[in-house]
Amino acid sequence: MLMKSTQRLLTVKNLAVDFDTPRGLVNAVTDVSFHVDEGEMVAVVGESGSGKSVTAYSALGLLSTGGRVVADTINYLGQDLLRAGRNLLKATRGNEISMIFQSPQTALNPIRPIGIQITDVLRAHQQLSRAEATKRAIAALEAVDIQDATRRLQSYPFEFSGGMCQRALIAMALACEPRLLLADEPTTGLDVTTQKTVMDLIATLTRSRNMSTLFITHDLGLAAQYCDRIIIMQNGRVVEEGETAKIFNDPRDNYTKRLLAATPHLHSRLVDLLPPAERRPFLAPVAATSASASSACSEREVVLKVDLLVREYGLGPARRRIFEKLWPARRVETPNTSMLRAVDGISFQIGAGECVGLVGESGCGKTTTSRLIAKLIKPTAGSIQLLGEEIGADDPRTFARSHKRKLIQMVFQDPSSSLDPQRTAFEAIADPLMRLEGVKRSTELRDRIEIICDLAGLSTDLMDRYPHQLSGGQKARVGIARAIAVKPALVVLDEPTSALDVSVQAVVLNQLSKLKRELGLSYLFVTHDLNVVRLLCDRVLVMKSGKIVEQGSTEALFGAPKHEYTRQLLAASPTIRFRSAAYSG
Amino acid sequence: MSRSFSFVSHACALVVRNPISLGSVAMISLLAILALFGPHLVPYDPNLTDLSIPFSPPTAGHWFGTDQVGRDVFSRVIVATRIDLMVAICAVALSFFAGILIGASSGYYGGSLDLWVSRATDMVQVFPLFVLAMALVAALGTDMRNIVLATAIVNLPFYVRLTRAEMIILRAQMFVEAARVAGNGDGRIMCRVLLPNALPNLMIQLSVNLGWAILNAASLSFIGLGIRPPTPEWGIMVAEGATHVVAGNWWLVIFPGLLLTLAVFSFNLLGDALRDLFDIRTR
Repeated sequence: MLMKSTQRLLTVKNLAVDFDTPRGLVNAVTDVSFHVDEGEMVAVVGESGSGKSVTAYSALGLLSTGGRVVADTINYLGQDLLRAGRNLLKATRGNEISMIFQSPQTALNPIRPIGIQITDVLRAHQQLSRAEATKRAIAALEAVDIQDATRRLQSYPFEFSGGMCQRALIAMALACEPRLLLADEPTTGLDVTTQKTVMDLIATLTRSRNMSTLFITHDLGLAAQYCDRIIIMQNGRVVEEGETAKIFNDPRDNYTKRLLAATPHLHSRLVDLLPPAERRPFLAPVAATSASASSACSEREVVLKVDLLVREYGLGPARRRIFEKLWPARRVETPNTSMLRAVDGISFQIGAGECVGLVGESGCGKTTTSRLIAKLIKPTAGSIQLLGEEIGADDPRTFARSHKRKLIQMVFQDPSSSLDPQRTAFEAIADPLMRLEGVKRSTELRDRIEIICDLAGLSTDLMDRYPHQLSGGQKARVGIARAIAVKPALVVLDEPTSALDVSVQAVVLNQLSKLKRELGLSYLFVTHDLNVVRLLCDRVLVMKSGKIVEQGSTEALFGAPKHEYTRQLLAASPTIRFRSAAYSG
Repeated sequence: MSRSFSFVSHACALVVRNPISLGSVAMISLLAILALFGPHLVPYDPNLTDLSIPFSPPTAGHWFGTDQVGRDVFSRVIVATRIDLMVAICAVALSFFAGILIGASSGYYGGSLDLWVSRATDMVQVFPLFVLAMALVAALGTDMRNIVLATAIVNLPFYVRLTRAEMIILRAQMFVEAARVAGNGDGRIMCRVLLPNALPNLMIQLSVNLGWAILNAASLSFIGLGIRPPTPEWGIMVAEGATHVVAGNWWLVIFPGLLLTLAVFSFNLLGDALRDLFDIRTR
């Protein structure tokens, strides 16, 4: 390896970033040093609050006001970026160092066509005529595999899907052929298959142009698959750094080991996600595992039976024709062209004590299905039977006051926005108890909530806190406690851990499994993360374009997938070449 | 019990933390004391005329001087506080509660209710605020009840629109769905989930509105459509004093005007503090 001839592009030494907040001084980043060489992909991995984004932003001088950057050196090819004037920074950004951001749809200007945004970047840095810039823009779009680039130049961001937006952003970032690309969680919010496409694209372009990439992410698995070196950050400090293989085969720091453990695709048991010291509360009693294994073969009581469920949205046929006639040139292309039939005749069953996973990509109809089953919206056709009783036809508006409401509860996707900001955790959990079981404010209520908190792994001194005073994991647990408070028969979980850090996700998933065992709950677990499904669910339903393309037991589906789409999904999940030696045994 | 205690302690903490809030609360407390106990504290009867000392400038005996018929300006200004504040608070309270009720239903249910309510508020907002107030008072008659009613009607669209907008944004939030799953019906969701979350923004509107309502009451009296003399009221005093200012009797206008400014100013400044008080996230 010709290490000596590769140039050092970016050198950062002893970076410290402080923020002045009304609550005092926050040391976002302390004593961080790293470097990026030419032609390599370096990952900065950390959970929320680790300071990884702040580190990258401060290298480019992109921090918002209120941030104080102090460092020995921030050096790009010999130029000091720390004390650089505005002109130097302007010349560097876009031209030499480029950045792509986290949520592609909001990173693009919504009121300007994509082509103009790309030519803006080009003409800001290079003396190009409009025609030349347009030609370069078309070339940039074609380099990122956007079909029909000439026509796409006039499209607006809202006409692109998430993956296409991200690719357009990459085109913009690479338009001036920079030497260093900063990618801040570029695949968050994208589907698994889109994620693979985008990451493959970044990797290919990096290699082919001898560019370097600094890849910021919370997903250690993704980082391992694409990057040469990994830097692990926690609480604003660099905890460990090294080549990918070394990090996986010989992790030194405890935090690194914990992160490795919490990454779902490395393990086959749910408890393996946690460090050994914390596993005891979640280990299933031996008697119970054998009992559940035997009952798997015998008849399970059917809790939920869904038959040919259909949900249609949007324009009826007549209006659609008018729409298409009026604006023929603007036929919006969406990735899922059958969005009008969000749920297209699906049928499945959930047995008592079973955890059924519902997987699919965005636009497949799984969220609509979960809301149909939780009786938040009404189906267009089909039947939903809960414990033998037909509930499909019930009006969602009045269902809240029906006695059947307490049989189905829901855990929502984003714990931050599913808790009322003006209510304490206690009140959030007390709400279903008071409304659905008529428990009055009394010591009985308090006692019951204490029991529920204990079950959900929530300490009682958090009860009087408001959501903004709780951490992400604590909020998730409040959401779970609220759902199990009335001991429902079925809990619908709509991506409950996708907004959480991996280490928190590890605990929450174990908690959910323990609750299912102890309370005899059934779960409908909606997610896009196949690895979580593999660990938690007994059966899996794979959904695409409103239909269930395959269903079966977890082992059967993962071991021998029958449908082409299932195989695509499995192939797109990040895989790691290394065996993790984080915790032996 | 503990909730109201934490509310009060949070209020105190907020006020102390921010000098502007502290200042405005202090001024409003002063105004409240004047309004409640003013008539008992003043040295002279506000309507007592003394024709031997008309137009006397501020002296030790008459701090703010006397007006054209010898009435003590200081006593009149202080007593006027009660009337002005009462009119303003009543009018704003009326439009606040009515506006929230209408706006909340309109925003939550949508559909044809929303359509009609929006068009009705459009019609009220077509007129310049003060012109409409004038017209209503002129039509209904100039007594205190009608001034309150007119001010309330003119203010209604602000609260209706604001509450409606907040409802439309909030009803799509996930915690509303969570409340439905927990067994709350529409009414409960509106009152116990959505409105408390909409309250912080409504509070800012409330404080600005209070300032405006005081000014409105004074302005109506200024043009003769409001409270009738000889009842002491800041607007009337400014109106009557205005004709005498050219002769050099500045104290007839400055002092009532000063107190009017003080009142409007302190209510405006209270806005941020009020919003912080009702927004749990600032605790």
